[in-house]
Amino acid sequence: MKKTPNVKTNLSRRKFIVSSAAAGGGLALGFKLPFIGSAEAATATGTEVNVWVAVKPDNTCVVRIARSEMGQGTLTGLAQLVAEELECDWKKVTTEHVFPGQNLARKRAWGDMATGGSRGIRGSQDYVRRGGAAARIMLLQAAAEQWNVPVGELTVVNGAIMHGASGRKTTYGEVAPAAARLAPPDPKSIRLKDPKGWKIAGKPMKRLDTADKLNGSKIYAIDLKLPGMLNAAVKASPVHGGKLVSYDEAKVVNMPGVRRVVKVNNGAVAVVADTWWRAKTALDALPIVWDEGAGATQSSATIAERLKEGLTADDAFADTKIGDALKVIAAAPKKVEAVYSTPFLSHATMEPMNCTAKVTADRVEVWTATQSAEGSLAAACEEAGLPLAAGEVHKLDLGGGFGRRGGTQDYTRQAVAIAKQFPGVPVKLIWSREEDQAHDFYRPISQCKMSAGLDESGKLLGMHVRVSGQSINAWLNPGAIKEGKDVRQLQGMWKEPGDAQFGYTVPNLQIEYAMRNTHVPVGPWRGVNTNQNGVYVECFMEEVARASGKDSLEFRRELMANHPKHLAVLNAAAEKGNWGKPLPAGVHRGIAQFMGYGSYSAATAEVSVSDKGELKVHRMVLALNCGHAVNPDQIAAQVEGSVVYGLSAALYGELTVEKGRMVELNFHNYRLLRLAEMPKVETVIVPTYDFWGGVGEPTICVVTPAVLNAVFAATGKPVRSLPLKNVKLV
Amino acid sequence: MAKLNINGKVRDVQAEADTPLLWVIREQVGLTGTKYGCGVAQCGACSVHINGEVRRSCSIPMSAIKPTDRIVTIEGLSATSSNPVQKAWAALDVPQCGYCQSGQIMAAAALLRKNPKPTDADIDAAMTNICRCGTYQRIRAGVHMAAANLQSEAKKA
Repeated sequence: MKKTPNVKTNLSRRKFIVSSAAAGGGLALGFKLPFIGSAEAATATGTEVNVWVAVKPDNTCVVRIARSEMGQGTLTGLAQLVAEELECDWKKVTTEHVFPGQNLARKRAWGDMATGGSRGIRGSQDYVRRGGAAARIMLLQAAAEQWNVPVGELTVVNGAIMHGASGRKTTYGEVAPAAARLAPPDPKSIRLKDPKGWKIAGKPMKRLDTADKLNGSKIYAIDLKLPGMLNAAVKASPVHGGKLVSYDEAKVVNMPGVRRVVKVNNGAVAVVADTWWRAKTALDALPIVWDEGAGATQSSATIAERLKEGLTADDAFADTKIGDALKVIAAAPKKVEAVYSTPFLSHATMEPMNCTAKVTADRVEVWTATQSAEGSLAAACEEAGLPLAAGEVHKLDLGGGFGRRGGTQDYTRQAVAIAKQFPGVPVKLIWSREEDQAHDFYRPISQCKMSAGLDESGKLLGMHVRVSGQSINAWLNPGAIKEGKDVRQLQGMWKEPGDAQFGYTVPNLQIEYAMRNTHVPVGPWRGVNTNQNGVYVECFMEEVARASGKDSLEFRRELMANHPKHLAVLNAAAEKGNWGKPLPAGVHRGIAQFMGYGSYSAATAEVSVSDKGELKVHRMVLALNCGHAVNPDQIAAQVEGSVVYGLSAALYGELTVEKGRMVELNFHNYRLLRLAEMPKVETVIVPTYDFWGGVGEPTICVVTPAVLNAVFAATGKPVRSLPLKNVKLV
Repeated sequence: MAKLNINGKVRDVQAEADTPLLWVIREQVGLTGTKYGCGVAQCGACSVHINGEVRRSCSIPMSAIKPTDRIVTIEGLSATSSNPVQKAWAALDVPQCGYCQSGQIMAAAALLRKNPKPTDADIDAAMTNICRCGTYQRIRAGVHMAAANLQSEAKKA
């Protein structure tokens, strides 16, 4: 995240090699990794060549994965990168999760485990590729020493080592034990492959984690069963920030299966029972008294009023100030002004929040779905009152993440707080869908006032952007806000290149943010602030283009000469999207471009609006330059998914606030896109191989503005307030 | 004590009459491939077959199930993941997180049993399960592929 460096995402080469050396040395002394907690499992892991690669006697290469898998395909992509350098047989690659306690015990040999901000691959590609290459070098060296020949005379194909002169052959599986005893190579000797020569990376390999998703055998955290396990259902104050006053345990304690009702810190209460359904049934029957606190006076109307005030208030700061936009706009012969707004949104992962915890006097273990395994470990240990070394997080793949299961780890804390009251007994906490909707870290609510001045010929002279809304950093990471200036809320409109840069050159430009916080918790939501800012900038660009009398694409192009990567992606989307070419009667096209997570995105959308005002999105083309494309088919899957996540928000997504609490608590009134509403999506990947950008999040920010701009084309009226369900289109 | 016929096996289960079938399947029978998503029959993650019909098990109380009702869960769809839907899902890498896919596969399998060659409109109408990762495009392609494979298998046979 720009200007908020927190956890180091890259291990230095030296640190990596030092860690590998320490690991190799340990192995030479017979040290086995307690990977799954038992000696048998450790043996099954094979011989650890270095922290990233273990090889079994049957030549299976086990690639260790430190990042989390939540559907985004990072597990497969990282394995491809390691396997590419390792030169092993892709058909014999399997993967294995690293747990944060293991990472800690080995001085963070696996680096950062956090999986957010579309960093899973771009943040670890360098050191995992080096890990694969180092293992290859050691395996070849071991064979060379065994045969007493120069290593340069050996070749390797798919993990089969050959000495051409003598015709001798061996395999990775055979030499792995000897390789593990070797010193790791000098980092200077490791030269990574040119992506042009990739054979495994860069190819549309099938995911490695599909099979058990097809027959019900995959165990998500919510499916976990442990001997003697109890189940818990929890309810926190419906008003955010409220406190638990009292509850009447006697009313439910004799209900079937109920063991106890317990306080969960000061803000929640849980029923613990033999099954979750019985716990939930009793919780629903439990009389609870809350002190709802100051938040209870708040509503969508009071919050909207506060944000509106921020649109013209004096306390905003300008992150970008080029020329004198305000003066130029005031004096311009032609002006365009518009106010936009976007609501709170929940993540609504299909797997509701859950965590199983077991706490004893000297140990805490949790089994959970997390985007921040080390954050889960810290949360569990802090809640248990134990040092980090006394904890472990058993990572299970996530039934959706989208930013919800990141560093906050509120559900892990709750599970530990409950399990603490049942020493030695594993307790599985599951949130109901209603609890999940009521207690998210929502996408922040915001409004934006946009103004532009044009000359008589339609040339853009100046632009003024004023965002007013809630700050994620103010809620989660206040230390990241320097001198009251929270640049994160202006993501996608930054002047600095590389991450989320504004793609237009405007001679007079002022981009400001006025922080207006609420009592509602907020956090990162797939694409984070590029979502709202993409709508504001790109829908306004459409309005300005139309005011200037120019074609939407041409108008943008003229402002993008200094941003060739933004422009190239826009052109790619326009070309594949048949911009300027005829459409069937009643179908209209829109376009948008924006940048986030180090990648460049653009989209076209084709829509129709019926006489009754019903919107149909027929086709979308999305272009993405993510620098390096590790698995094109999985990139396409992420792009397709981003269209669905984006359209759900654009069409229906909204959490309103009444008496301080969220109103839309299940999918009947928090509607999500279904298959029938899915447009045909075409993905155009245009990697330039001169940088590493993200994939999971970048394209979502162009989905909504492309559709809204197409709606504008269809109806002649701009849409300025989301979601569309509240907007009469005709 | 009640009797349930699940995946061809009759089991005794102990649950209150108002307990949803979903939670009996997950917590009493111990089959966790059938998922909890919403509890109000909106998302379809809990889809199972009852006497060949796709049903949302989160909203069916135990009291509504007869011992003769044949319940099939994702675990019972095929012993070897060889149902045409499962094969098509694998060929197209349909799942992302995978959490909703048990329900999607059960819905697709039920559709194809009734309508071996569904049109896009048929798929729109039948496949109403929610996927938050957004795999709908591949689900649609997967249903078509499974249908095509069924046709060619039928021709061979």
